[in-house]
Amino acid sequence: MAPTTTDKIKGLICRECGKTYPPVSLHVCDMCFGPLEVQYNYEAIKSRISRKTIEAGPKSLWRYIDLLPIQGEPTVGLYAGLTPLIRAKNLGDELGLDKLYIKNDTVNHPTLSFKDRVVSVALTRALELGYDTVACASTGNLANSVAAHAAAAKMQCYVFIPHDLEASKVLGNLVYRPNVVEVEGNYDDVNRLCSEIAGERKWAFVNVNIRPYYAEGSKTLAYEVVEQLGWIAPDQIVIPMASGSLLTKIWKGLNEFHKLGLIDGLTTKVHGAQAEGCSPISAAYKQGRDFFKPVKPNTIAKSLAIGNPADGYYALKATAESGGAMDSVTDEEIVEGMMLLAQTEGVFAETAGGVTIGVLKKLVKQGVIKRTDTTVALITGNGLKTQEAVMHAVGRPTRISPSLAQFLKTFNLDKHER
Amino acid sequence: MAHLRFHLRFPEDKIKEPVLCQINREFTKVDTNIRRADVREKTGWMDVEFAGDPAEIERAIDGIRKKGVIVDPIELNVVE
Repeated sequence: MAPTTTDKIKGLICRECGKTYPPVSLHVCDMCFGPLEVQYNYEAIKSRISRKTIEAGPKSLWRYIDLLPIQGEPTVGLYAGLTPLIRAKNLGDELGLDKLYIKNDTVNHPTLSFKDRVVSVALTRALELGYDTVACASTGNLANSVAAHAAAAKMQCYVFIPHDLEASKVLGNLVYRPNVVEVEGNYDDVNRLCSEIAGERKWAFVNVNIRPYYAEGSKTLAYEVVEQLGWIAPDQIVIPMASGSLLTKIWKGLNEFHKLGLIDGLTTKVHGAQAEGCSPISAAYKQGRDFFKPVKPNTIAKSLAIGNPADGYYALKATAESGGAMDSVTDEEIVEGMMLLAQTEGVFAETAGGVTIGVLKKLVKQGVIKRTDTTVALITGNGLKTQEAVMHAVGRPTRISPSLAQFLKTFNLDKHER
Repeated sequence: MAHLRFHLRFPEDKIKEPVLCQINREFTKVDTNIRRADVREKTGWMDVEFAGDPAEIERAIDGIRKKGVIVDPIELNVVE
């Protein structure tokens, strides 16, 4: 399918100088080198989209197809999205919130993280643009998702990883049979090589040349939250930040729903959460700067460890526009957050979830988020992927001999209670 | 001829140094073209296009790094 302007997609537009381009695989403005994003024809979309048309759509993120950057029908990731929005009463009681919800992307299909959203959109678009090979550079969730979706879509796949990645994470990619390439050198070497390869090969590098389309998939988290709340935008959303793209797209998604009349008002505040060991964006917010200083990551929250975040500036801008805040938590607080979420709501999140819960707790304590606010925390990945982070904190099973008497004694139970 | 794009970051102590000018003098076969920049008292960055022979551009980039300026791909971090 040739990339053309449709009644839905106008094309790509530079976020800095506003120069426009056709909807091809391009991610940097030729004029000013600013990042490009998808520009939609909202007039045309408004004429056909409604709460009813969305509710009648598939039970996946593709129910929002009118606001996603593909020309035809979806072909990859048909079951991604529409994850549960949990009314988190127990956790709310702990934190002092009457209306707390957890958006649970730990059960996203098929690889248990929010990356299944962006990759579904990216690969569907990549096929439309004529690519038969996809690639990504990743240390975790993105690689899993790209490898899994590429296998299902019968696309060639290259996954670039640092040579010293943990064995369990490497296995999580190898099982799908992509070409897993271990790059020698440090993080910056891997980063630079992948940027060069993306410029060299005619491949769909999902978070490089396909990035404008890929990033749009994140908006579906915002759409789902609003729909699941009964077509109401929440008062507060707490969002983990790595590149900062997720936060900017949540804000974009909410604004689109407002612009299209799908919600009556928009007073949502979007809040950014980072790990203290990699907090370039939240540090800039706290110091009142409109720019961030890149850092060398040192945190257990590996999925958020982006020291030089591509969308950091835009995340600061979106947070400011919404009147939100940002904060960060230590590794210890991350583990506490993971444990608290698991023990109150039965949701085992990866370290990024601990970051979100830790920062949510802080924002409540600071009075930024009030008890009566409808608050949503985005939990973006499954704890089974980062078990080593909590291994030291979960304790050991209670061992007994195979004797009823010893069991009753150990747990101080009465013999005849039924 | 190759056209390569990089994001240059200037640490605070390098902001006043004419790094790019020195590189232009040293690598005369590489053309540099600043396309976007933000240079302030305590921080500075530039998005720059380098045109020339790829190996010579590589040497010019190494030269910039040796002067204490941090060079990243134009996309910044692509490893997620």
